[in-house]
Amino acid sequence: MEKFTTLSGIAAPMPLVNIDTDMIIPKQFLKTIKRSGLGVNLFDEMRYTQDGAEIPDFVLNKPAYRNAQILVAGDNFGCGSSREHAPWALLDFGIRAVISTSYADIFYNNCFKNGILPIVLKPEEVDVLMKDAEKGANARIEVDLAAQTVTSSDGQVFSFEVDSHKKHCLINGLDDIGLTMEKAASIDAFESRASAQRPWV
Amino acid sequence: MSPKTLYDKIWDAHVAHEAEDGTCLLYIDRHLVHEVTSPQAFEGLRMAGRKVHAPDKTIAVPDHNVPTTLDRANAKTMTEDSRIQVEALDKNAKDFGIHYYPVSDVRQGIVHIVGPEQGWTLPGMTVVCGDSHTATHGAFGALAHGIGTSEVEHVLATQTLIQKKSKNMKVEITGKLRPGVTAKDITLSVIGATGTAGGTGYVIEYMGEAIRDLSMEGRMTVCNMAIEGGARAGIIAPDEKTYAYCMGRPHAPKGAQWEAALTWWKTLYSDDDAHWDKVVTLKGEDIAPVVTWGTSPEDVLPITGVVPAASDFTGGKVEAAQRSLDYMGLKPGQKLSDIQIDTVFIGSCTNGRIEDLRAAAAILKGKKKKDGLRAMVVPGSGLVRAQAEEEGLAQIFIDAGFEWRLAGCSMCLAMNPDQLSPGERCAATSNRNFEGRQGRGGRTHLMSPAMAAAAAITGHLTDVREMM
Ligand code: SF4
Repeated sequence: MEKFTTLSGIAAPMPLVNIDTDMIIPKQFLKTIKRSGLGVNLFDEMRYTQDGAEIPDFVLNKPAYRNAQILVAGDNFGCGSSREHAPWALLDFGIRAVISTSYADIFYNNCFKNGILPIVLKPEEVDVLMKDAEKGANARIEVDLAAQTVTSSDGQVFSFEVDSHKKHCLINGLDDIGLTMEKAASIDAFESRASAQRPWV
Repeated sequence: MSPKTLYDKIWDAHVAHEAEDGTCLLYIDRHLVHEVTSPQAFEGLRMAGRKVHAPDKTIAVPDHNVPTTLDRANAKTMTEDSRIQVEALDKNAKDFGIHYYPVSDVRQGIVHIVGPEQGWTLPGMTVVCGDSHTATHGAFGALAHGIGTSEVEHVLATQTLIQKKSKNMKVEITGKLRPGVTAKDITLSVIGATGTAGGTGYVIEYMGEAIRDLSMEGRMTVCNMAIEGGARAGIIAPDEKTYAYCMGRPHAPKGAQWEAALTWWKTLYSDDDAHWDKVVTLKGEDIAPVVTWGTSPEDVLPITGVVPAASDFTGGKVEAAQRSLDYMGLKPGQKLSDIQIDTVFIGSCTNGRIEDLRAAAAILKGKKKKDGLRAMVVPGSGLVRAQAEEEGLAQIFIDAGFEWRLAGCSMCLAMNPDQLSPGERCAATSNRNFEGRQGRGGRTHLMSPAMAAAAAITGHLTDVREMM
């Protein structure tokens, strides 16, 4: 997994609430058995017409936002299914951070497994950054994971909370499975205890 | 000992390791696997030279892609990419030695229906699956939730999940339901009351007389949609109905082990003075048969209501509501019962069990669907289908003009050929009405099986109580 330390990038505004995983990556693109290549289909049904032409009004089709690395979105971003194809598609497009007031639980976890930082800020702070993002390509937003801050293009600094374990893994690009396997002895011990107590499991 | 919730008790019984910051390794008793969210996980194992840690606790079944038409044994009924995914699962199940129900097996069906049916899901277990509707299994008093593909790989490799504990939320449904009101109306009404983000960060325990009165099938319907309310999981304490459902299932314990299991299961309830971080109470008597009007499951109203206006909402919801109204092609003030439909879909892990088919058949018996309407019933598993045939339900559906399908997810998410075309409007018993969920441009109204059956007869959204 790619490390995440700091990011300075263009942010695309998506003020809609409840942006769900079916919008982020519609199900016809879940039939892949790979993780890569989904970026062209990110937000497919909002981004293209039925015959595949770009919809010019959609934010990521506007010249200013074609290279966006950050999304600023409405409440409850990523609700819906568990599909990890949603963060895979975001990542493949080039999005490394999302800013919103809240996320669906599974999507939130999935982001961390793929080097994407989902940032939770207060509604009034997201409002400021949404306006900032609307300024287009000249307004770069800065994210510093170590310091846990987001800085708007005009220098306003907002702090965010992040779980210490998740932060550690993201900053160092660590693979969870490797870390857990170091605790194999605890898992083995648990299994012996559990099979004595609940042999039917 | 300090009082605990049911969630606390199951959690405590499964912590294999706890770090100083409270991050836990939670041991997983059952890992369910389907073809869409697992190929990259198995690939990851192969690349790292890892094995499945506990193949005997890992159960796989293809469901999302498989065609549900009667000719599906013919490989040509599947698109190439679908076939590749199903074949990948066939191969992964074999290579890694996990339990498997292939498409040709009568026990095949939607993973959340097969698990309980085969006795894999039992009280007090931790159950995960790369699918958000894993919450369904909470109906047994199991801690069950969806995970992403990286986590699927993590569970395959270690049989654990890195977790931090959620908060506890109690949702109590007091009193009795009125006639014509079902588990689906409960669960949709709860989401209507709390919003789709209302449960974020919580595990919900459903309790109260109306919940206890539900069958296991009804309880699964309620827990299935906990995720639509944003909760990590929904859970219901096990009781006599739970034990009766589990007893004798192929993978349920037998003899002395059954007795030992029962002794533990009987301790699985929330203590009287347990702490709740949030409490929501609805009166069973106040719940009406409901339908959704918009493109979020929280857009729910009693069937007697009218389509709202965007200006009825506040904040970010105003724009979302307007977008929903445009997408759904509805006008504010229009009576919900005047909305004409093109298609009826009865099935899914929310409402594809035998009781759901009985409820729909009870309304359809001796009647016909409206002319020109497309209607299909997709049983949740091959065994549900067989039982419905034995009980004569299949014939009622066929006589009413419904297609009688084989088991799978089907039009719930339209990954197989069953899809809505743009603008087509569907009365569906599934759980998501998102834009494009049932096919690009398709319009979904969620409701109970009885309500969907009523709509099939009249051709518009209908208050099922008028037919009872
Ligand atoms: S029936 Fe629908 S919600 Fe259930 S597992 Fe299948 S696709 Fe998901």
